[in-house]
Amino acid sequence: MSLLLTKHPMPEQEVTARVENFDEVTLGYTLELAKAEAERCLQCKTAPCRKGCPVEVDIPAFIKKVKAGDLDSAIAKIKEVNSLPAVCGRVCPQEEQCEKYCVLAKKGEAVGIGRLERYAADTARNKGEAITAIECSAAAQKVAIIGSGPAGLTVAGDLAKKGYKVTVFEALHLPGGVLMYGIPEFRLPKDEVVQAEINNLRKLGVEIIVNAVIGSTFTVDELMEKEGFDAVFIGTGAGLPHFMEIPGENLNGVYSANEFLTRCNLMKAYRFPQSATPIHVGKRVAVVGGGNVAMDGARTALRLGAEQVSIVYRRSEKELPARLEEVHHAKEEGIEFQLLTAPTAVLGNVDGWVIGLQCVRMELGEPDASGRRRPVEAPNSEFVLDVDTVIIAIGQGPNPLVQSTTKGLKTNKKGNIIADIDNGATSKPGVFAGGDIVTGAATVILAMGAGKKAAAAIDTYLQGKKECSL
Amino acid sequence: MYKILLKQQLAPNVKLLEIEAPLIARKAQPGQFVILRMNENGERIPLTIADFNRETGTITLLFQEVGASTSELGLLNTGEFLLDLVGPLGKATHIEKIGTVVCVGGGIGIAPVYPIARGMEEAGNEVISIIGARSKDILIYEEKMAAVSNELIITTDDGSKGRKALVTEPLKELLDSDKRIRLVVAIGPVIMMKFVAETTRPYGIPTIVSLNPIMVDGTGMCGGCRVLVGNENKFACVDGPEFDGHKVDFNVLMSRQRMYKLYENEHSKYSAEKREGVCKCHSC
Ligand SMILES: Cc1cc2nc3c(=O)[nH]c(=O)nc-3n(C[C@H](O)[C@H](O)[C@H](O)COP(=O)(O)OP(=O)(O)OC[C@H]3O[C@@H](n4cnc5c(N)ncnc54)[C@H](O)[C@@H]3O)c2cc1C
Ligand SMILES: Cc1cc2nc3c(=O)[nH]c(=O)nc-3n(C[C@H](O)[C@H](O)[C@H](O)COP(=O)(O)OP(=O)(O)OC[C@H]3O[C@@H](n4cnc5c(N)ncnc54)[C@H](O)[C@@H]3O)c2cc1C
Ligand code: SF4
Ligand code: SF4
Ligand code: FES
Repeated sequence: MSLLLTKHPMPEQEVTARVENFDEVTLGYTLELAKAEAERCLQCKTAPCRKGCPVEVDIPAFIKKVKAGDLDSAIAKIKEVNSLPAVCGRVCPQEEQCEKYCVLAKKGEAVGIGRLERYAADTARNKGEAITAIECSAAAQKVAIIGSGPAGLTVAGDLAKKGYKVTVFEALHLPGGVLMYGIPEFRLPKDEVVQAEINNLRKLGVEIIVNAVIGSTFTVDELMEKEGFDAVFIGTGAGLPHFMEIPGENLNGVYSANEFLTRCNLMKAYRFPQSATPIHVGKRVAVVGGGNVAMDGARTALRLGAEQVSIVYRRSEKELPARLEEVHHAKEEGIEFQLLTAPTAVLGNVDGWVIGLQCVRMELGEPDASGRRRPVEAPNSEFVLDVDTVIIAIGQGPNPLVQSTTKGLKTNKKGNIIADIDNGATSKPGVFAGGDIVTGAATVILAMGAGKKAAAAIDTYLQGKKECSL
Repeated sequence: MYKILLKQQLAPNVKLLEIEAPLIARKAQPGQFVILRMNENGERIPLTIADFNRETGTITLLFQEVGASTSELGLLNTGEFLLDLVGPLGKATHIEKIGTVVCVGGGIGIAPVYPIARGMEEAGNEVISIIGARSKDILIYEEKMAAVSNELIITTDDGSKGRKALVTEPLKELLDSDKRIRLVVAIGPVIMMKFVAETTRPYGIPTIVSLNPIMVDGTGMCGGCRVLVGNENKFACVDGPEFDGHKVDFNVLMSRQRMYKLYENEHSKYSAEKREGVCKCHSC
């Protein structure tokens, strides 16, 4: 049998239909497609793909089970190390991780590892997974988790399984972090996938308290000294939106991507007025940035009825940090790319509304600290993009609330919590941290990987603490 | 779920809710606010904590029915529940003994000024309060303010109670006559806060105002609440809501508050139709 050089395509909604709705774009493999794709895996002994996965999913082993049609075993294998496979299969930048190292990628396309992972997880979920609550004894030690993004949820799941009494505190009214408020429904269904995964954690025995802002409703010190928590994990993410610091950013019609996406995803503004939160989308939208956040903002604007949407990015296509699939989908949907372009001012009318985005063209110069060639302004290249909405997606920093209210918690210059990359330990005994709050904005699977390590370290720490107190 | 223990109508379109929220009551300080959601489809509505009682574990909210969401909130009754309530949010008012403090409250803004005036008084300051409203039937909290103030001045636009004047008139007179004034705290409509700040500026008297830009999360995550203060962007929900009135760009704030004007009617119409059962959207 000759080897297929390309992945089996995953069925998708037609472009013309999907830009009119918020339903998921990709529809997932069927059993036949999944088996056929699994056939492509060579079952390499050394499994180079695994080293690209931050949690080292046993990729050949689970794919072998998919190939055999034994999906229960496939999902069990994945879940040994990854508690949110339906999410990872959808949003991991596979081309940078597992699939990058697949031997097939040398000649053609890698095995569709993400697609298979998603298929296994979706099948298990649709079948209804049996989850039994883990009884924790009255003497079980208590762990507080701050933030319910992928990092916090991973720690919660791992520690609940070990018999600890776990409570997650979330500032918003729904748990999930970026998975709920940031990544759009058409990429990651909220009720069907995210809340279903979170409900599985609840079934395990994890308690989730929403509307609890740590640093205000409780401080970390209060959790430990007054509320009886033996250890704390901080997974508060990188939620603070950066602005460009250019003129006109306070005009009506300028959004941070966080606000735009939160209104749409968390607050369901796409159903306005049934859903009470409004969102403003003009006719012509510019989205500044080139990452997943920018692609999500652009594709959301399109679905909300914008006639023309452009991505404005200061480097070239090669440097776009977004997942390949997102860039591909964005192009298919008609998003324009203004590459090597940087905004210099937002222009407004007398009523305070956006009427244009002034930009300059860029050229790539010498490599900068990140190794990428630094964009420099091309002389006399100023021009105005005719837009009435601007969405800024140039990155997020750490929210300072927890750091500023916790005694003895060290942070770096950018305000990220300093934590050991191997175990999440911070400068404060009993307090661990991981995910975007430590690394800066990264990926779901890296946040989960950090959560895994922290959970193991918290377990060791609490075992020690128990012995001391005996 | 957060239970409404008491509902009162204080003036036409102004209602008070006392809500069971022990975790918030325990921490609340003057100047802070909460965000609530009535139901699954509800907006996140920010409201100042007008009062709190640590013993009973309750907080008091006062609101004016200005649009669809606040009107819907006004329909809830004693014994009913709010789906979500989070807080206390924002920075607390900095309260210390400094001498004489003037507290200015306009319209519904009198409610959030009250706990500040009380705090200032408890800290040993002499408190002079100026409260104003369009007309006497919408003037709230007169007795409460009187109880925590050494002197209370009332103004109405139509002269139906107190002086027929804007709050800035007696304020200017005070600034001219009373050299002991150390601080002015003003909460009310943006335009009032702007003119209070203009009034005190020539005297160089520090002036605190509480800003109410449109908010979503209230935790510093969306940046929608950004306000220009001293030419720098600040997030009102975490850096404020109180700021130095002499540094605030009130014009930007007023402009940004109009962002959803076009949508407000659509929302109000929809809510009204839904209430009357004539909605034809087939999905509610
Ligand atoms: C629009 C968007 C698209 C993305 N797309 C992808 C993608 O395709 N693939 C990918 O791998 N990654 C993607 N990412 C990045 C990824 O989502 C993040 O790296 C990941 O979610 C980080 O997880 P976390 O658990 O550290 O934090 P978060 O997911 O940010 O969760 C933190 C949680 O903590 C809560 N919190 C914060 N402060 C407090 C407090 N004081 N008290 C209580 N709770 C608090 C927050 O409300 C939030 O719910 C995307 C990010 C965004 C914004
Ligand atoms: C920190 C803070 C404290 C506040 N405290 C009080 C209070 O104690 N009592 C009170 O009556 N009001 C208070 N407000 C204002 C109150 O939140 C708004 O009146 C309410 O959200 C309007 O909703 P609506 O749907 O009824 O009106 P809409 O028809 O939506 O709007 C009416 C007006 O309110 C503004 N508004 C709409 N949504 C918001 C929002 N999410 N945040 C802020 N403004 C908004 C609009 O710009 C518009 O000018 C406060 C606002 C903030 C930010
Ligand atoms: S978790 Fe992500 S990186 Fe790891 S195997 Fe799955 S898709 Fe690949
Ligand atoms: S490297 Fe590719 S082919 Fe080899 S085991 Fe991994 S997925 Fe299969
Ligand atoms: S309300 Fe979102 S940052 Fe202030």
